Amino acid sequence: MIELRSIYKLFDGREVLHDISARFESGRTNLIIGQSGSGKTVLMKNIVGLLTPDRGEVLYHDRNFIQMSRREKKRLRQEMGMIFQSAALFDSMSVLENVMFPLDMFSADTYRDRMRRAKFCLDRVNLADAIDKNPGELSGGMQKRVAIARAIALNPKYLFCDEPNSGLDPKTSLVIDELIHDITVEYDMTTIINTHDMNSVLGIGESIIFICDGRKEWEGSKHDIFKSKNEQLNKFIFASDLLRKVKEEQENTHKPPQP
Amino acid sequence: MDLLRPIAQTGKYFAMMGRVCARPERMRVFVKQYMKEMVSLGTSSIGIVLLISVFIGAVIMMQMAINVTSPWMPRFAVGYTTREILLLEFSSSVMCLILAGKVGANIASEIGTMRVTQQIDALEIMGVNSASYLVLPKVLGLMTMMPVLVVFGIFAGIFGAFLTCWVSGIVNASDLEFGMQYEFEEWHVWASLIKSVFFAYVIASVSAFYGYNVEGGSAAVGKASTDSVVTCSVLILFSDLILTQLLMG
Repeated sequence: MIELRSIYKLFDGREVLHDISARFESGRTNLIIGQSGSGKTVLMKNIVGLLTPDRGEVLYHDRNFIQMSRREKKRLRQEMGMIFQSAALFDSMSVLENVMFPLDMFSADTYRDRMRRAKFCLDRVNLADAIDKNPGELSGGMQKRVAIARAIALNPKYLFCDEPNSGLDPKTSLVIDELIHDITVEYDMTTIINTHDMNSVLGIGESIIFICDGRKEWEGSKHDIFKSKNEQLNKFIFASDLLRKVKEEQENTHKPPQP
Repeated sequence: MDLLRPIAQTGKYFAMMGRVCARPERMRVFVKQYMKEMVSLGTSSIGIVLLISVFIGAVIMMQMAINVTSPWMPRFAVGYTTREILLLEFSSSVMCLILAGKVGANIASEIGTMRVTQQIDALEIMGVNSASYLVLPKVLGLMTMMPVLVVFGIFAGIFGAFLTCWVSGIVNASDLEFGMQYEFEEWHVWASLIKSVFFAYVIASVSAFYGYNVEGGSAAVGKASTDSVVTCSVLILFSDLILTQLLMG
């Protein structure tokens, strides 16, 4: 479980995050949604420690990340996996080497065991036959799957995904979403996903917070997102024609029949 | 504010080097990286070092033969001055200036690209000391290989001088050989090697610093490469002055 308490972040005196508090439970997919530039990525960077909040607390199972010593942070980071928007695979390494990298750095297992674990992770994301390829030879979706395999190699407690579907077609996005959701449940991880993809929201949004201009505007799940009265959230959701029509149809269906 | 920028940059450089000098997390990974960097930064530069050194050795010898001939000068002066120039300045300082362009730009763009494609962030998230993991093997790899390149450069320069001598007949080969051996001081070779190790540190660490601190996209990577080459060149020239005084004075 990860808890945020009153997170504030300023860049050059400009407030980018304002009083953000949230609770992300383990074993479920927690989504942070919002328009581009709303502060989602900055919030995630504050959670994982790539940035430090100006005020507030980030608690990992009640352990305050900000007050941890460098050694404690390093130990905690070995419990984290992250999937970046660009996959961020090491392009000087093969697919197998990418997945083996965290194991090589932090696992005390033998080479054979590390190799077995890496192959297992690649098999889990259905990429067992791409182990000798270089990241440049893979499609965007495959790169994301390698990133997922690398992120779960050390069996992390926390998984962070920064716009995992960006640049992917809807079908591949669905595969990635399902994979992240299945892995989250399987390993009982605390997963936080940054996205503005409404398909992801409606598919795997078990717990959602909506951010607008650096402020938390709404909190709920995919089941009650359409019922929200929040103006900013409705603007965000119904920016898509398709969703607007779906809502109109739903409203028409629920209207009592005219006498 | 701009006046304070060089001071801030120097502070950032030393802060990064503080992280670079940390003990590697896994020695086996470090050794693998170190060997890889020795090949990619050192071995892959042997070709260009040999090519440039042969031509420069030949040109220095020709210039000396054309401009230093005088009835008052001994015939071996051409060989003597060619050797001294090759040993003291060309093989270390000029060679390192050339390698600052090749190797320095390579390091800055490689690390800069890793920064903009979030590969460095990925390392940090995993709990890896990215500065140490990326920069230390490069610095030590280049410091190990640079003296080897200098030795290759010295021999290739001498070979170039003799080659021109045999082909053009501008100087008698035995005079050149005598001059090359005349009052040879072993310390000059050591001084050249010591300078090259220092220059290798400057090239690798300064280029890595520029790459590591890239902010933006591909244009920023390009700028970092250019800036690193310029800064390395200036630092090599400046430190050459001090090192020459320290080692030869």
